[in-house]
Amino acid sequence: MQNKLKNNLGLLGWLSGGRYGAERYAYALHRLSGLGILAYFLMHIFVTGSRVNGKAQWDQTMGFFSSPLFKIGEFMVYLAFAYHAINGIRLIMVELGYMVGRPGLPSFPYSYSTLRQRPLFVVVMVLAAVLMIIGGADFYHMMR
Amino acid sequence: MSGSAAQDSAVIKTVRFEVLRYNPGKDAEPKLQQYVVPVTKGMTVLDGLTWIKEHEDRTLSWRSSCRMGICGSCGMFINGLPRLACNNQIVNLHSNVVVVKPLPNFDIIRDLVPDLESLFAKHRSVKPYLIRKDPVEQNLPTGEYFQSERELLNYIQFAYCIKCGLCMSACPTVATSEDYTGPQALTQAWRYTADTRDEGAKERAKELYSTHGVYRCHFAGACSQVCPKGVDPALAIQLAKKAAFLKVFSLHKRGRATSVAPPVDNWVANKDIPKAPAPTVKQE
Amino acid sequence: MRESKLWAWHIVTAAIILVLLGLHMGVMHLGAILHALGIGAGHPTHADEVFRRSQQLFFMVTYILLLGAALFHGLYGLRSMLFELSLSKTAEKLIGGLCAVAGFALFIYGGYVAVAVFRLKGV
Repeated sequence: MQNKLKNNLGLLGWLSGGRYGAERYAYALHRLSGLGILAYFLMHIFVTGSRVNGKAQWDQTMGFFSSPLFKIGEFMVYLAFAYHAINGIRLIMVELGYMVGRPGLPSFPYSYSTLRQRPLFVVVMVLAAVLMIIGGADFYHMMR
Repeated sequence: MSGSAAQDSAVIKTVRFEVLRYNPGKDAEPKLQQYVVPVTKGMTVLDGLTWIKEHEDRTLSWRSSCRMGICGSCGMFINGLPRLACNNQIVNLHSNVVVVKPLPNFDIIRDLVPDLESLFAKHRSVKPYLIRKDPVEQNLPTGEYFQSERELLNYIQFAYCIKCGLCMSACPTVATSEDYTGPQALTQAWRYTADTRDEGAKERAKELYSTHGVYRCHFAGACSQVCPKGVDPALAIQLAKKAAFLKVFSLHKRGRATSVAPPVDNWVANKDIPKAPAPTVKQE
Repeated sequence: MRESKLWAWHIVTAAIILVLLGLHMGVMHLGAILHALGIGAGHPTHADEVFRRSQQLFFMVTYILLLGAALFHGLYGLRSMLFELSLSKTAEKLIGGLCAVAGFALFIYGGYVAVAVFRLKGV
């Protein structure tokens, strides 16, 4: 058959939630926050590893990272962690079969797993927001 | 479009259809073509496409068959979501513009016709049929298999899949991964694994729990959202993950497949069944 | 299956990280909040505090556990994302191998630091 046109959404399929449900957006954010945390973590191992050279070296390392730019970056990592961890709790529960319901006989309007775990989703998002606000208060206090 | 009553064929409003056109021989790129379509009562998107083909543009191509949401042929990307064209009335789209594109994540053969071969190949790869250790049982059956209602309910909803491909279009993993088995095939693999009559769990586990099996699903939930038959593929995939998790830590319940019911030799009529009432229609 | 075992550990390490990283966040950030409210000492990143913690057995052990769990969880997640990009079988094997090697190497480095500082008492 001639000239079939490729029609895969590609990476846009990961990022664009479009008119799909909130869980699709949660998935994209979970991936982005995970990548951000991983990048930070790999650097973190080396930064905190500098303490093996003694207290003087540690003070020098901390001095290098004391500018406000790094503090803001650290706060961004904290926000990513708060979202990733709390959404992760939801994912652990759902992927082990909790809060998604049991299979039954579908009758229109259909009830399905995405809808059934919606209350859990809302609770999780509120919890993540609360954690972010607490962290924000701590960050604000630290920056003053 | 029935034409049986004057009110039913009265035009409620007009909408603008924007349909993706692609002719492989002639066009280098696909483009959206616009048509103005009068909408009558109960008119579906499929009816709109038929109207266009009859009145405006005979070259418009798409797949459809049953026009009642059971054959799975007319899957298209309509106003931002994969839907069956026959299952969606134009007025229920709540828009004066209807954008119709072919299903994403499948190659386009022409206009609105997707190449569903990848869907069927993945479906075949999970061996979507009952597998029993004894081949004679199914070829020369002597009786039915035992199965309770609860055992039936554990898989029956996943058997309602019409292979329309909407879930594959909605899935973000299918968007980037050509190797990912996809929600449709994984659901069918689970449908048979969860079926107590089936003894082919090991063979299906190769597809279910491979590098491109259920673990590449991250519960975006879009597949279940767009499924026109309420199959809920996301549920099947999470249940498959749960089963594997329990097995890894040896927490699973060991079960045996159901057996064939023995033949009933001494069949006796049930005397408690009430007699049929007298016929109300004159018998010849 | 191998993939099932890897994913099961992805879930288990997630749970481990929830506890240990939560503890780490508490040590790092809650202290400042408590200090602002007048309870306890602040500055968890000051050298004295860092070394005081590093030389307690509890923190040495939990740091190593957190390091291992986070490395596995993060690198498996990265591998998962990369595997969804329609790569060839050899590319997949290569990525899987790289993630494993990087994970082990970083774990050995981080573990060495944790043990070395623990044994550095009196500095």
